[in-house]
Amino acid sequence: MRYLPHTPADIAAMLDAAGMADLDELFAPIPASCRMEDDLDLPRPLSEWELDSHMDSLAAQNAVCPACRSFLGAGCYDHYVPSVVTSLLGRSEFVTAYTPYQPEVSQGTLQGIYEYQTLVCRLLGMEAANASLYDGASAFAEALLMAVRVTKREKVAISTAIHPYYRQVAATYLSPGGHRILELPYGEDGRTDIGVLAGQDGFAAVAVQSPNFFGCVEDIAGVAMAVRDTGALNVVTFTEPLAYGLLKSPGSQGADIVCGEGRSFGLGQSLGGMSLGMFAARKEHVRSMPGRIVGQTVDADGRRGFVLTLATREQHIRRERATSNICTNQSLCAMGAAIYMSTFGKTGIDELARINYNKAAYLREKLGEEGIGTAFAAPVFNEFVVKLPRDIRRRYDRLLERGIIGGLPLEEFYPELIDHYLLCATETKSRGELDRFVKELVS
Amino acid sequence: MTETTGTSGLIFNEPLLWETGSPGRSACSLPANDTGNYHIDPELVGDAPDFPELSELDVVRHYTRLSQWNFGIDSGMYPLGSCTMKYNPKTNERQANLPGFVNAHPMTPPHMLQGALRLMHELERFLAEITGMDAVSLQPAAGAQGELTGIMILHAYFRARGENRTKVLVPDTAHGTNPASIALCGMTPVAVRSDERGVVSPEAVDAVMDDSVAGIMLTNPNTLGLYEEHIHEIAEIVHNRGGQVYCDGANLNAIMGIVQLGEIGVDVMHVNLHKTFSSPHGGGGPGCGPVCVREHLAPFLPVPRIEKDGNTYSLSSDYPDSIGRVHSFFGNVGVMIRAYSYILSMGAEHLKNASSYAVLNANYIRARLKDAFDLPYDRPCMHECVFTDANQQARKVSTLDMAKRLIDYGFHPPTVYFPLVVKGAIMIEPTETESKETLDAFIDAMHAIAREAEETPEIFHDAPQKPKVRRLDEVKAARELKLEG
Repeated sequence: MRYLPHTPADIAAMLDAAGMADLDELFAPIPASCRMEDDLDLPRPLSEWELDSHMDSLAAQNAVCPACRSFLGAGCYDHYVPSVVTSLLGRSEFVTAYTPYQPEVSQGTLQGIYEYQTLVCRLLGMEAANASLYDGASAFAEALLMAVRVTKREKVAISTAIHPYYRQVAATYLSPGGHRILELPYGEDGRTDIGVLAGQDGFAAVAVQSPNFFGCVEDIAGVAMAVRDTGALNVVTFTEPLAYGLLKSPGSQGADIVCGEGRSFGLGQSLGGMSLGMFAARKEHVRSMPGRIVGQTVDADGRRGFVLTLATREQHIRRERATSNICTNQSLCAMGAAIYMSTFGKTGIDELARINYNKAAYLREKLGEEGIGTAFAAPVFNEFVVKLPRDIRRRYDRLLERGIIGGLPLEEFYPELIDHYLLCATETKSRGELDRFVKELVS
Repeated sequence: MTETTGTSGLIFNEPLLWETGSPGRSACSLPANDTGNYHIDPELVGDAPDFPELSELDVVRHYTRLSQWNFGIDSGMYPLGSCTMKYNPKTNERQANLPGFVNAHPMTPPHMLQGALRLMHELERFLAEITGMDAVSLQPAAGAQGELTGIMILHAYFRARGENRTKVLVPDTAHGTNPASIALCGMTPVAVRSDERGVVSPEAVDAVMDDSVAGIMLTNPNTLGLYEEHIHEIAEIVHNRGGQVYCDGANLNAIMGIVQLGEIGVDVMHVNLHKTFSSPHGGGGPGCGPVCVREHLAPFLPVPRIEKDGNTYSLSSDYPDSIGRVHSFFGNVGVMIRAYSYILSMGAEHLKNASSYAVLNANYIRARLKDAFDLPYDRPCMHECVFTDANQQARKVSTLDMAKRLIDYGFHPPTVYFPLVVKGAIMIEPTETESKETLDAFIDAMHAIAREAEETPEIFHDAPQKPKVRRLDEVKAARELKLEG
């Protein structure tokens, strides 16, 4: 087997040096009662060529572009990935390297992640970012736990306009500690209504998502102002970081912790995997931040270099008193996002964000002309909610049969939003495609 | 002059991204703005983020140069204990990059995602078979998240039984993520000392096991590279008092096809696809830490669960006792695809060979280095062995010094100063993918270092000499925090 280099001669020589008679003797320390009697029941090994064939067949059974045209967003967005990103991210010195605990031989990873942290701060308007968490949902949960640690309060308030799966992950993470979650409703315009907070205090965090699950841009500054004097931390999460290529950053509007999903930056939709938990906070709270952090320093000759720092927050030093249990993070995905952000650059990211905004606005306009109205009045970025007339519902199902996914039906997540669909249009949808979709939907 | 594995060579300086470039430069190709410009409320619009302005060649040179400062498995041997730095097969990359996987949206209706659901369902089955467990969730994105998920499952299990158990026993050899995961669940870790043989004794467990203890969190083989030989009795003691046994599966590479942990008393465990199952480490991630349970804990697994009916796969969240979600979607699917490809490439026979040769390699190193380095547990090990710097401390040469010197010889250092129970620990896990020649070169380098410690100890303080940077000032980094530029 090509991954196992040992020849019988190698094995014999090594057994001899180790003072053992045969391979079985290697497992003598294991009590007989623990030993398996039979072999593992697994498929026989495939050659590389059989594996290719099998995987091609599995991949072909997933509906993807161009056979399938999807207008799904809902936390995972279809964006073009420049070849530069794929090519550079495939370099084996990045891919097959370990965590940079030996910084002298890991400066590639360390400088790359320091650069990532810096770009995240600039994107989100924040002072300190970590080297990544698993995904937007766990980053959100960790933000709430961090707020609990910093404020020493037990309960949190979170908007129901935050992605349903993010709220589920937050509930899972907060449940063992018994932290109470107050849900903030959304208003008629699609934005969070913080009215229910009036007269209540004692919250560790007040959290909104922007753009929110409905695609609506929240009034981050308004929420921050209302929360400021209560002592709660203002948490802003996001599922589409590209929005901040165009919109005012959460940090500039008073957010204390900003966290969310970075997958849009060069990682492909990937079935929601190859995710990237972006996480940024104020410098004053950096010692409460979860996750690894890279810092700048010098070497013995005074040369600039980078190292993992503030490790006393982490599990390998503080163990049960650590800020989180995270060890392995999404490092390679963070490198990918940094490469993407460098590739688009300042003007590119702004223009790409505007193109996304325009595509969604065009789709809304065309649907509006056909009598399909946008459900919420608040401004949106690249996705929005429409209400489809009852007689079009069956059309949605027929479109599915033809490989067109006309957005996400919302009833499953918001029972009050029957016949409401969340539609997304990114730079990957040409004007012609948008016209065709509208035509298919209404004709 | 003997040639060592490591040598010097011309590499390049490369500044930070924003220290180069020029306003107006761009490396991207913008798609057409064919829908015209729509008005946006200026109150919502911010300044464009201050990203670098580089040409495509600027970006390519930048990251190419950075990569050349890194050490990867593809460059050389990486004997990090408990990390299982085995070769990352290139065919796995080909599979994970297929458009049918990369371009799929996770909320695509399940009947249009049958390939992905089948892959995940089969991977769950393979992992259940290898571990001897009954049900699996692939959602946890790393080993630590797998641990957290497993402990939350136990927390929910006891809550459902109306039992208030607040403690979990943890051996003193445990990885830091173990007590950290327990604490995240609002429970208290209780340390159990390993005995003079480096394993946990039934007596030590019996002394602290009672009705307030949810269970024990073992690693088997443990972080000393030793098989926890009393695991059967320990499991019995814990079960007799109503507790559960968690196994940290980070060291599974030693026992595939040899031991099925579910058959010897383990109730819940996690595995690391980025260790045992060959998915690359990526400079720190992504990983995947599936949690595997016996049947009685299956109702508590995260949702959605993948179900099979005939040849059709579907998703179900109809599990009222589930702890909920731990990931926004399915987990790190790219890592799962790589692990699945690896298991299909190896089959039962080669997975067992992998474990056998991993253990053989570690014992070969143990036998050949014990003359030069102090070996606290002088008996056959599993897939990793632990030495100390006791012999070299007499010349004021420490584990850290020797690790840095090993870099100049062209090897990534082993894990150092872990586990905590061994002073100055040097934990070596070669893995099965290193050939005898590579192991011999490593052994020769270690012997040379032992000689240097004896004859010229002063050279260690300047090590390493050959990488792009010399030893870095970590104290300064923490004192004068500079976390972004």
